[in-house]
Amino acid sequence: MRFTVPEKELMFPGHVACPGCGGALAMRLALKALGEKTMVVIPACCWTIIDGPFPMHSLHVPVYHTAFETAAIAASGIKAGLDIQGKKDITVMAWAGDGGTLDIGIQALSGAAERNDDIIYTCYDNEAYMNTGIQRSSATPKGAWTTTTPEKTPKLEPKKNIAEIMIAHRIPYVATATLSYPEDLINKFKKAKSIKGTKFIHVLAPCPTGWKMAPDLMIKVCRLAVETKIFPIYECENGINYTINIMPKNIIPVSEYLKVQGRFSHLREKDLLEIQKTAEQEWELLLAKSRWQLAINK
Amino acid sequence: MNKVITGNHAVSYGAQLARSQVIAAYPITPQTQVVELLSEFCASGKLNAKFIKVESEHSAMAACLAASAAGARAFTATSAHGLALMHEMLHWAAGARLPVVLANINRAMGPGWSVWTDQNDSLSQRDLGWIQLYCESNQEVLDTTIQAFKIAEKVLLPVMIILDAFVLSHTSEPVDIPEQELVDKFLPPYDLKTKLDLANPKSYGALTNPDHYYEMRYKIAKAQSESLKVIKEVDLDFYEHFGRKYGIVETYRCDDAKVILVTSGTITGTARTIINEMRERGRKVGLLKQKLFRPTPFEELRSILYKAQKIAVIDRNISFGHSGIFAQEIKSALYGLAGAPPIFDYIIGIGGRDVTPDDIREIIDNTFKTEAPQEPIIWRGVRL
Repeated sequence: MRFTVPEKELMFPGHVACPGCGGALAMRLALKALGEKTMVVIPACCWTIIDGPFPMHSLHVPVYHTAFETAAIAASGIKAGLDIQGKKDITVMAWAGDGGTLDIGIQALSGAAERNDDIIYTCYDNEAYMNTGIQRSSATPKGAWTTTTPEKTPKLEPKKNIAEIMIAHRIPYVATATLSYPEDLINKFKKAKSIKGTKFIHVLAPCPTGWKMAPDLMIKVCRLAVETKIFPIYECENGINYTINIMPKNIIPVSEYLKVQGRFSHLREKDLLEIQKTAEQEWELLLAKSRWQLAINK
Repeated sequence: MNKVITGNHAVSYGAQLARSQVIAAYPITPQTQVVELLSEFCASGKLNAKFIKVESEHSAMAACLAASAAGARAFTATSAHGLALMHEMLHWAAGARLPVVLANINRAMGPGWSVWTDQNDSLSQRDLGWIQLYCESNQEVLDTTIQAFKIAEKVLLPVMIILDAFVLSHTSEPVDIPEQELVDKFLPPYDLKTKLDLANPKSYGALTNPDHYYEMRYKIAKAQSESLKVIKEVDLDFYEHFGRKYGIVETYRCDDAKVILVTSGTITGTARTIINEMRERGRKVGLLKQKLFRPTPFEELRSILYKAQKIAVIDRNISFGHSGIFAQEIKSALYGLAGAPPIFDYIIGIGGRDVTPDDIREIIDNTFKTEAPQEPIIWRGVRL
């Protein structure tokens, strides 16, 4: 098979990500797709650290650090500032964690999406406030341990479905991606770059530290998330046209995904069954949406 | 061109004549008129700007900062709760050394809900590195808006123009609106030397350890104190172009004054009339209008106020547990000068209660007849 990942690197070695960081690899791949004419906005998140402390900088594109809840609007502001100067060929990408997206940043994100500001917004989702010490976010899955959801009372609420929230804004492009499918991820960033308006990409980006697993399992756990239907890989155009990009080939129980992560080690059989059931229901719902889209397009 | 316009529209004309390139704003009374007119200017092509109708004031400031960093002249207007919500990003503005201009319509904070004027909203933001200029008339509002961009871009600090809610914001006055050509001569195009640049990909606002952060804050403080000179120069430069100047403080009949009244904002206009009336009755009273609040014009305050026998500061604000905020500033300016006059701190007009000519008369009379203030702060007209 032909190797299609662009060779040019826009992320330097020497960044300060932890070993096996999904967020670091996600940025490396995303920038390969977007190229040099890109500006990146980073709110408070792991990437505030990863990029390197002043005066260091590990990306070969300009980075604008901003406050926690302002990733989307800062990207919109930069885009407006560039546009008015006639610099219309620059991609502006907000790059935020799950806390900065699903929790504190959702207002500004929703505002940018409603205005259809011409930005790419990426949420690299490691399912908790990893940078501040693994506190739960609304992206933390039900049943998971975090430092604010101890094993005796793990997170009781399901993960907020941010992709569907963004699809409901009827923006031109929403996609999910993860690191075990780099070509799919790169294609989605390339596609996002080619579309005008708000593009939202939700990248599942495991954090071995917070997920309590060995760093070398990072890619494997991404694949398991997709194959067990915990994290479906799909895209949706204009809030209507759903396409499932990766169809799981084998039937793999969610326990295969959960058992490699220490954060789920306290779960009992009945918890696993419930997670299995939810994953199947969500998958069926997604399948139905993609079929419905096929039906209305006929 | 002479036109009868409100204070809000004076801000709009100022931002338009300054050729703002990115405007981001959220509706908040009484600022709404500022951005409504700017929207019309953008729609009609009178102003070539991107107007981002943001979903919050916090985002309004965040958008302006980002646009400014990208190399565009950015402007927003707000009031009271909007300014309070921006607080985090107001820190960011000075920290990032981005020359954003903001017009704040001075309005009281809730609860209870108030749309009327006092200064607690803007004075709560006094320690952040913003230059603060308080205006008395709609002409001054327009002129100061244009000046603000020049000041901000010279010293790389954000500038806040401040005007009283309703007393200026919704009151129409005749205003001379300068010609665009002349404004263009006065204010060169925005040219930020350090900005987001593909050819020179840097990281801005990164994690900064104690080895660097301290010096960054030192430089903000230094830029603040050095901006005093620039603010005066810009005012004179403005005078040369437009024939109007304001000074960082304005003195009125202070030369032989035994009592000097210190005011800011629209109370100044009322006070000026009463000073004239009192002078006719032989009262040796003068007026100092403090236009520039940050940086503190220490030298001017000292040299003018030191000559008086007593000083009466009128504060339309209150620092709870302390005193009126302008009075604090005056006290700190005079501290250590042997024989400095006693300072009477009058709190008045909070939440938009009218400050009448009688109030000013009584404040002056009370200051004359009392040796030294009996209380650290004097609340005028409290009805219990």
